Amino acid sequence: MESNQYLSMFIDESKEHLQALNDNLLELENSPSDLGIVQNIFRSAHTLKGMAATMGFEDLANLTHEMENVLDLVRNSKLNMNEHIFDMLFKSLDALDAMVNDITEGGSGKLNVQHIVSGLKAIVSGDNASAAGSSSKPASSELHLPGGLDQFQLSVVEQSLQSGFQVFVIRVRLREDCVLKAARAYMVFDALERNGEIAKSDPSVQDIEQEKFDREFTVYYITKLDGQSVEVMIQDISEIESVALMPIDANTLAQMRERSAAVQESKSESGSQRDAAQSAAGANAQANGQAKQQAGSRTIRVDIERLDTLMNLFSELLIDRVRLEQLASELQKHELTETVEHMSRVSSDLQNIVLKLRMMPVETVFNRFPRMVRDLAKNLNKKVDLIVTGAETELDRTVIDEIGDPLVHLLRNALDHGLEDTTGRIAAGKPETGNIYLRAYQSGNHVFIEIEDDGRGINRDKVLNKAIERGIVKSEDASRLTDHDVYQFLFASGFSTADVVSDISGRGVGLDVVRSKIASLGGAVTVESKLGQGTKFIVQLPLTLSIITAMLIRLGDEKYAIPISSIVETTLITKDDIRNVQGMPMIRFRDNIIPLVNLADVLEVPNHALDDSAEMNVVIVHKGEKLAALLADEFIGQQEIVLKTLGDYLNRLFAISGATILGDGQVALILDTNALIK
Amino acid sequence: MGAELKLVVFSLGHEEYGVEVDKVQTIERMMPLTRVPKTPAFVKGVINLRGVVVPVIDLRERFGIVATEYTENTRIIIVRQQSIEVGLIVDSANDVVDVDEDQIEAPPEVVGGIRAKYLRGIAKLDDRLLVLFNLQEVLNKDEIIQLEQLGE
Repeated sequence: MESNQYLSMFIDESKEHLQALNDNLLELENSPSDLGIVQNIFRSAHTLKGMAATMGFEDLANLTHEMENVLDLVRNSKLNMNEHIFDMLFKSLDALDAMVNDITEGGSGKLNVQHIVSGLKAIVSGDNASAAGSSSKPASSELHLPGGLDQFQLSVVEQSLQSGFQVFVIRVRLREDCVLKAARAYMVFDALERNGEIAKSDPSVQDIEQEKFDREFTVYYITKLDGQSVEVMIQDISEIESVALMPIDANTLAQMRERSAAVQESKSESGSQRDAAQSAAGANAQANGQAKQQAGSRTIRVDIERLDTLMNLFSELLIDRVRLEQLASELQKHELTETVEHMSRVSSDLQNIVLKLRMMPVETVFNRFPRMVRDLAKNLNKKVDLIVTGAETELDRTVIDEIGDPLVHLLRNALDHGLEDTTGRIAAGKPETGNIYLRAYQSGNHVFIEIEDDGRGINRDKVLNKAIERGIVKSEDASRLTDHDVYQFLFASGFSTADVVSDISGRGVGLDVVRSKIASLGGAVTVESKLGQGTKFIVQLPLTLSIITAMLIRLGDEKYAIPISSIVETTLITKDDIRNVQGMPMIRFRDNIIPLVNLADVLEVPNHALDDSAEMNVVIVHKGEKLAALLADEFIGQQEIVLKTLGDYLNRLFAISGATILGDGQVALILDTNALIK
Repeated sequence: MGAELKLVVFSLGHEEYGVEVDKVQTIERMMPLTRVPKTPAFVKGVINLRGVVVPVIDLRERFGIVATEYTENTRIIIVRQQSIEVGLIVDSANDVVDVDEDQIEAPPEVVGGIRAKYLRGIAKLDDRLLVLFNLQEVLNKDEIIQLEQLGE
């Protein structure tokens, strides 16, 4: 089916719009009177509705339609936002989110949203009643009934209503890239007239025929069909961006009559005011539209598998480059050398681009947090400001996909257990509103994400006592432990028990899971805390999972790569530096005695004999605090390598974490030094 | 008449073997291997197959047939069985034949030193016998683990 190919596009775009709705609603909550934001929200909801209707997801379309009705009242100043409306809209967003997720997982996107729909309807009708009662409002509601009807048209509409027809005001918006606007508009008119009658159109039919309109036109439509089918009918025409439908009943008709009289009388003042407001809003919307459009044209979606393929093809190209460079140097032809050199330069630029393609801003993970923190703070009855910085910091796509859950966990922890409640904060002499800082920044080959709160901090002694009680540490060793050591206990699995939660501000709830997840991404997490002042969790992540810096070493005829992240330093030793401690060779390194590992032996390198007559190369590697020295025949040098897996056939290998392809096309294995340190 | 099977024919010692064409990715000449430590002897290492790292096993050693030097004719047949991609070193590979399912008979206990467990059957063609591999069993990972434990 044709719509299948659009489904993934629909899902992606729906998610974008939902995110935009979320962001804008949060923003609106902070400045409820900013109609520009309402305008944005309305536009997103509207587009979402259009897309859902086109794809046949009725529940989705219906719910967005109701949201739109509420938002329409708000943007026309007929309704002021209040807490109840915000909650209702957020609930709707959650429901929409659930539907889109269902669709993503292959479901039909159906969900019973009756209670939300009726909630939204209640908001609309409740306001309508009050609007009808007040006389100061009508002028503004004129806004969404542009080009009011004349007396004759009004009576036509009235008669139609009386004889059981439906009357709708329909606003149709064409897509920007629509070439034959008049033709599309004609198709809309044609479709409409097959099932009803158009009482009036704005701009006029003549103007539309001569393309004297922007992208939007409005019609008063009399029909026997219901709103839904009218909408679907129009949506079926291609190049339609959106369709908005508003039913007219006897009540609205009466208002319209009143207004058309009133407007004619007092056109001077309120008219000019309205114009000003309108043009301001218009300019605002236009500016926003432009920004959107720019962002839209600057990005495209690419399947991640294609990027992987691109990466593979590129590494092949690199190998040919090395070969060409060799040939050129053998042949000594000036022109050839020049061309090859140029190609080398181009390909290294290309390499940078290919590698960057996999990077994404952490914003894609961060953007759901403000909403989460808002909801959680509400539940916990705490006042919280979430301050996000560095959202533009980029990380490998794979890390981005995985890092969300651990961060959610840490944020919840900060909010739930880190921050005191309002009375607690006042008692501690702190401002009522707590702060949670979420920071991301890059440093060297790593990206750091910090979650910091200004709450009560971690009680070191209680953690320590708990650790002693649980036998994690002996009480006689306790005095020698640094703060850092003590906080690491929080990550011990099983450390999180209910009594710990209530005793020591709950730190430790599932933190072992957080740590193992981050470790599986090649990262680490640490804690800093000051009692009474707050706690900071620091998550360190590798910039990318597909490219790492490694030290290449030679063992006999074989080459191995050791990730720089596990290397402390490289040094030279002689035979005299080696001592035997209980039959194990050890060397002294910075006041420590550390084991010396004969790598070639461990890796069973064939035809290898250790030459200990001269100085020997050793690489000092670490696993956490533990160190070991690895013997190597030669240091080839440090370089960036592309990580490759060894496939499913060879898994559970000893001390090998993967492979890479060197410049000469040879495969070199990457050492997992953790397996060499006991 | 049963369904037609297309087989890639390769030789190992004196016998000719077949593997379904749709499981074969490509056939390569011998290329440099990188040894992988602490693997069974028949795992010869990994190769760089156009940017993808693929493990390679020596079929002779896999089945305990006397190993020979690699020659000009030696080939690596890259096969895929579900998610597993592996290269098989064989003496030579140079033919593709069509076999009717009806021509395939159950394998005897042992063919050319290879136990029936690893075989799918024997195809009798006009003038030759083709032994069909059961790739699933040949690439069985559990057995590798057992072999590893035996080695230790």
